[in-house]
Parts: sequence; C-alpha cells; structure tokens
Amino acid sequence: MDVIVIGAGIIGAAVARELTRSGIAVTVIERGAAASATSASGEGNVLVSDKEPGPELVLAQYSARLWPQVARELADELGGTIPADGLGGGHRAGSGAAFPSIEFDRKGGLVVATTDAGIEPLRDFAATQVAAGVDARPVTLDEARELEPDLTPSATAAVYYPEDAQVQPVIATEALLASARRSGASVLEGTEVTGGLRGADGRLSGVRTTAGDLHADAVVTAAGPWSAELTARLGAPVPVQPRRGVVLVTSRMRPRIFHKVYDADYVDAVGSGDAALQTSSVIESTAAGTVLIGSSRQRIGFDDRLRVAVLREIAAKAANVFPFLADTPAMRCYGGFRPFVPDHLPLIGADPRLPGLWHATGHEGAGIGLSVATAALLRDLMTGTEPAIDALPFSPARPSLAEHLQEVM
Amino acid sequence: MREILIIGAGPAGLAAARAARARGASVTLLDAADDVGGQYWRHLPASLSAGREDLLHHGWATFTALRSDLDDDPGCRIVRGAQVWAIERGETTGRPDAARPDAARPDAGNRDTGRPDAEPAEHDDRGGHVVHALAGPVDGTDRERITLTPDALVLATGAHDRTLPFPGWDLPGVFTPGAAQALAKGERVTVGERVAVAGAGPFLLPVAASLVQTGTTVVGVFEASRARTLAAGWLSRPWRLARAGKKGAELAGYAAGQLRHRIPYRTGTAVIRAHGTDAVTAVTVAKLDRDWRPIPGTERRIPVDAVCAGHGFTPRLELAVAAGCVLTGDSFVAVDDAQRTSEPGVYAAGEITGIGGVELAMAEGSIAGHHAAGGDTGTSPVRAARVARGVHRDIARRIEAAHGIRPGWSSWLDDDTVICRCEEVRHGPLRDTAAATASTSLRSLKLSTRAGLGICQGRMCGRTVDALLRQHAPHAHRNDNATFDHRPLAFPLRLAELADHPKDNDRKESA
Repeated sequence: MDVIVIGAGIIGAAVARELTRSGIAVTVIERGAAASATSASGEGNVLVSDKEPGPELVLAQYSARLWPQVARELADELGGTIPADGLGGGHRAGSGAAFPSIEFDRKGGLVVATTDAGIEPLRDFAATQVAAGVDARPVTLDEARELEPDLTPSATAAVYYPEDAQVQPVIATEALLASARRSGASVLEGTEVTGGLRGADGRLSGVRTTAGDLHADAVVTAAGPWSAELTARLGAPVPVQPRRGVVLVTSRMRPRIFHKVYDADYVDAVGSGDAALQTSSVIESTAAGTVLIGSSRQRIGFDDRLRVAVLREIAAKAANVFPFLADTPAMRCYGGFRPFVPDHLPLIGADPRLPGLWHATGHEGAGIGLSVATAALLRDLMTGTEPAIDALPFSPARPSLAEHLQEVM
Repeated sequence: MREILIIGAGPAGLAAARAARARGASVTLLDAADDVGGQYWRHLPASLSAGREDLLHHGWATFTALRSDLDDDPGCRIVRGAQVWAIERGETTGRPDAARPDAARPDAGNRDTGRPDAEPAEHDDRGGHVVHALAGPVDGTDRERITLTPDALVLATGAHDRTLPFPGWDLPGVFTPGAAQALAKGERVTVGERVAVAGAGPFLLPVAASLVQTGTTVVGVFEASRARTLAAGWLSRPWRLARAGKKGAELAGYAAGQLRHRIPYRTGTAVIRAHGTDAVTAVTVAKLDRDWRPIPGTERRIPVDAVCAGHGFTPRLELAVAAGCVLTGDSFVAVDDAQRTSEPGVYAAGEITGIGGVELAMAEGSIAGHHAAGGDTGTSPVRAARVARGVHRDIARRIEAAHGIRPGWSSWLDDDTVICRCEEVRHGPLRDTAAATASTSLRSLKLSTRAGLGICQGRMCGRTVDALLRQHAPHAHRNDNATFDHRPLAFPLRLAELADHPKDNDRKESA
C-alpha cells in the first residue's frame, strides 16, 4: 500500500512513522519545512489533567502509555540521550550520537485553585477523572508547597497529576520524522498540494503538487490549522479553524518550578469554543532552564500580530500563581495557531464523503501529547487491525460533526 | 500638529528630529542610552566630562550643536533611558500574515533596488502603530511606562558590532571594537596594555587610534581582507570617491595617525585563535587566502593581554520587523527614495538601511524626518541631503566590497569553539545536530540546537549561526522564512512590568 501524508508537523511525523513501520510505503508532503509551524509554537504538553472524562481523555491516556515506549525506541534508534522512561535517569544509546534528546519527562502536573469559589469545582473535576482511571490526587496545601515551594500563599486547593508529562516538541517531531525516514518514508518539503487526483471510481487516488502529480492508495491530511484550506483543495473540506496561542519565555534561572503547574481556569479555557481571548496559566520550567508561561486562546483567523494586551494577561496570571515570577525577566514570546474543531475532538479516520481520504488533524492544543496515540489509532484503522481504543468518537463521520461537513465538491 | 516619534538618537535620529522640527512637526525622540549621540557620539557623562571631547570625536561640534538645539526646543521632547520593548501593528497596517506563521515574514524586498516591492503608502497614511517603551534605570522597579501612537514613526535604531567567532574568543580579554571604543571614549579606560586589533573594516582604524590615545600599545591592526581586495573595493571609479571629501580626509587622518604611532597594519591577516586559560595571554595570527582561509605555515604567535575583534556591524532590526517593515535580500530595512518603508507611516534611516557611517546616517535621517513631517521632495535642505546620501551610499558599497565577510572564515573554527555564548552551543554539536535532523527549517534548527535562544536573543550570534547553517545544512533555509531578527519582545522586561495594566500608571499619549 502507498500512502501520502500531508503535513510534517508532529502528527504527520508520528503517522508516517507508524505506517512505515507497518510496511506501508509513505511519502510525506510538506508545504514549508518540517516541525516549523504549530509543532514549533507550543509548550510540549503530554497531559491528562486538563481533560474531562470522555473520548479525548481515553486518547490522552493511550498516548500517555505509548510515549515512554516511543521515547525509548527513538533513543535506541537515533542515539542521543533521550530519557527512556521520563522517570529520571538518561538512557544513552549508540556512540557519539548527535541526535538531541526529545526531553521526554513525566514530571507530573499540579492544578491549583486560588479562590474559595474555585475549590469545589477543582475537587469535583478531579473526582470524575479518578472514576475514569486518571491518577488525580487531591493534596493538602502543605503537600502542594512540598511539590512547589514557591507556590502562591493564596492557593486554596490543589490536585496532583503524576501522569502529566512534557516533551520538547520540535525535537520530538524531528525525531519521529527521522525514524520514519530510516524505515523508508520519503519526505518532500517545500512542496505544496494544489489539488486531488480522482480515479475512475471517484476515489481519491493521489494529489497534485507544485512538484507534479503523486499517486497513492490513500491520502492522510495532517495539516493542523491549515487543514480546512487543504481539504477544500482536495474537494472535501473539514471544519478546522485556527485558534491563536501565545507563550512567554523567561530568562534562565535555577530550577524553582518542578512540575507543570496550572491555575484551575485552564480546563475551562481549553474546553471553551468562545472566540474571545481567554488566558489561564500553564507554567513550567524547561530542560534549558527557562520557564514557559502560557497560554492564550483566541480565534482571530491567521492574524499573527503581536497583542500586548494578551501578554499582559498571561504575565499577570502567572505572577498570581508564582509571585516570584513578577521579578523575573520575560525574554521572548512566541505564538502559533492551533487547529480548532467545533465539537472539540480531533478527526482521526476515513472521510465519509471521499473514499481514499483520511484525516489526522484538529487536535487543538493537545496535538503534541496526542500525536503518538493518533498515529497508532490511524495505523490500526488503515491496516484493518482492531484498535486499542474505540475509534468511533474521532471518526470524521460522527454525528456532532455532520452539520459542519459540506458535500464533496 | 503632526506628531512624529523617532526611535534612536544617534546621528540618523538626531538629524531626523531636526528635519521634522524644521517642517513644524511635534517630535518625540526616544533613546535607550543615558544621553543622545548613539554609538558614534558616545561620550563621558556630564559629571566626568573633561571638556576635550572634540579630540576623540569627529564632528563633535556638529553633534553638540544638534543636541543643544533639540534640548532647547519645546517642540521636541527627548526621553533618555527609554527602551522600546514592543511595537504593535495597528488594524490599518499591512496585511496580517496570511497563510502560515512564517509566510509573510518580511524578506521579500527587491534585492536589486533594495526597495519594497509594494507601492509605498502616501505620507498622510497613518500606520496605527502602537509603541510601548519603559523609561528609567533598567534595574529600577518603577520605570515609567510610555505608550505612543504617533502619526509617523522614524526608526533609527542603528547597529552593533559583529564579531566572527574563533577559538578562544570567549576568553576574558576579548572585546568587540565597539566595547573597547566605548571604554576608551566613555570612561577613558583601556582594555589592556598590549592589544591586537583584528577583523575587517575601516572602523578598526579609529578603534586603534582611541586605544593609542588611552596609552595602549597596539601590537597590530589585522585586516582580514587582502590588499588587492581592498584596492579593488576602495579604488574602483576613484573620481567618485573625490566627491566625499570629508570622509576621505577622515580616513587619511587615521592613516597618518597610524604612521605617527607606528601601528603595524597587516592586510590579508586574521587572529585565528586566542590563547590563555583565565584570560587572553597571546593570539595566533595567520595570513589568509582571498576567501579568508588561513594559509598553512603562516601562523605566528604574539603575546597580548587583550584583543579587539570585529567584522563589521549587524543592524538592529527587531523594531522594524515588529513594525512590519519588509527587509531586503541582504537583511536591511527596505526603503524608497523618501526613506519610507513598506509600512504606512514608518520611515527608516541610518545603519538599519545599510551600513554606511555617520554622514550617510545623517543624510538619511534628514530625508526621513522631512518626509515623516509631511515635507515634499523639492525642498532645498532635502535636496542637499539627497546628494550627500548618494555620495555616501557609494562609500558604503566600497566598504562592503573591500571588507565584506568571506566564507572561508569558518575554517578557523574547531569543534569546541563556542558559537552561541548565551546557551554555550559549540560548533561541533551545532553542525552534528543539523546533520542528524536533516532539517530544512531555521526555526526548527534554532529550537533543536538552542543556538540563538539565550538572553541576547541571537543579537550576537544570529548572523553567525545563520551562516554556519547555510554551510553545514545547505537546505536549512529553503523552506521557511524564519530569521534571527524577529524579536517581538525587543528586550527583556520583568513580568510585573509586562503585567502592569496601562490604566494604572500609564502615560498614554497621542504622540
């Protein structure tokens, strides 16, 4: 079987790797360069803490199980010092290998409420997650300060999530893509898909590109926020919209933040479909010694102009969770576009309208974390294997998406 | 009254302020330093002034006259110690970057003319840019917040030294020429007793002269370009050079000064290594071929206690990029004949439009200030500035032809040479990571190597990393338009300063 994967962000890279390892001949087509758009604009979240019980949580739990294994495989294959299990201790493989570490680290997350009104919703939310199999541990404020000594004195409640992890998203994308290449995938960068090719039976049989026509048995879209435009070119548009996010980066410091720390608003902001600006704190230190402070969510199309008001809100909320950050220099900021879907679930599976077209897109802010599970799920669907989790909720044919899907053109 | 904001009070910014005032505009002039004058007219604080600044500065009288005129002018507000940390593009400015994050990065200027491809806007178009600055001591806790929305913006942010790395360049005792010059001019402190001055460009000569005046022994000025390249660059069409009488005199003055102080001037020669453990104790110099590759067997070790190394200048482009200005193919701000950038209401002058020295900067500043204030082309002061601009652009081209960086310099690096000092990224790992990822994206390479991600945000190493990646990963720039000049936060500020809501203690003004 020949498959074309469109998009070389982390989803396309993970999908290419899984398909190639199943013996499928994969060509990845990327309009720009790999790992340089959405995958290079986020924080590298591999989270279960922000997800309410439901299909996305199941997918996140699947990914949380897969990541340590994928990290180990990448280390064995590419060398470098990729931590094997994210539980501390480097795993060195190969000799003199140059591939940098993907910095997979299961550091755990701490969700903090800072108001009295926030206590009960946080505890209730955690209780529903526990029922869904998440390791969510309500902790006392003393315990919270043992986990994060510099936490604000005005914290009112906290829940600890040991399963939350972090990965360096650009290096992870490059590593997944390098692994796919080693297994035989070919990668065409700087090549834009301009349209679809149809067989006599109406099936999608390949794509037209700026480098000529390419034929395949199946085409997978993994173009993130640009998926709507891409699928329109292929004749079967999907309702994925860009949602802007901005992250602040501090100067380097000695380690003072040890987990991923969120204020309890975060869950609401993630789940919201509101177009207006929303911010909530997601604060964590990186292996390099900087602190990443996110994040905003705003639906403003592909407008990437700097908005100082957004930075102000992010900075204020972060200093509310960790007061010492008020005196910390913000060194740079970056922003990107997340692929937003109206019913808040990624599209993973066959397009009901156009045989030969498959999707792996629409992960909004969770794509880094969900990438490896998405790839495994899609691999099973495309090879006719029983998937490890129920794939129906992610099907592009699901009822909640029907009103947003147009007829095939 | 038309309100003009000028960012940078070096020669270009001061000239722009004067020209805008002459047209009757209201002017606000912001500069990050404690006083105006820029890198060029850097001088002692008033409390230490020895009264002999004229000995160390060319055009000192021009500067002091300009400064006092503007200081005494109620229509010109000068804010010293003001750092612009962000420029927001208004709703009326250029297009939002359409299809993808990097697609519309401004690098699409016309290489031949250095002008924006887009038709420049009329001068009465307001760009709607919002400029955010903080004024006061950098370590102070109550810096004043300044938010400005001028009718027109003149960017005159200048340039800083560029130094190509060599083994040992991160040792204490290695300075940029600008730092050595600042110490000599601004504090009367010398960087060492036996100093090697190395690199490329005519700026090495005044640096050597300043050092000699502060009592230093300059063991040599080592100019990387070979005599033939220098001659070809400087002496092509010599009759045109004659028009730049003053500049010619200035250069001749340095040559005479060198003879007087017997500073050896060696062309086609570079410092290719600095030796020492805690500080520089010696350098190795070597002859270079025409591409700046060291010629084996020509190495010579010279004991020194300091090195000044500089290979030209890097324009400070982050504010121009933040404002949305299109850049030229060789990474300067693209401007038209009136110094207008591609953005409505935004003008640029001085080193950010091309490295050319003080006379060119002042000519461009005058033209930019005049047009920003609504002036037209025919006015006579601008006609003179236009002539001066033409003459000194010719000089700038000669400097680039004579002293421009040649690709062979990277052959004097070893694997352990630090490339990015903030993040301690060394040459070997940088090259190996680029090879391992096979990345074609500068953005991805920055994030996977960490080169340029430190506190200076690639100001020091950006151009070097860029050049090395072009050599080691030939496809690195094929597929994205990322640059090291994109810094939406133009300088670090404390989160409390960022979080501070404007309505609390803001001085929000219309200009």
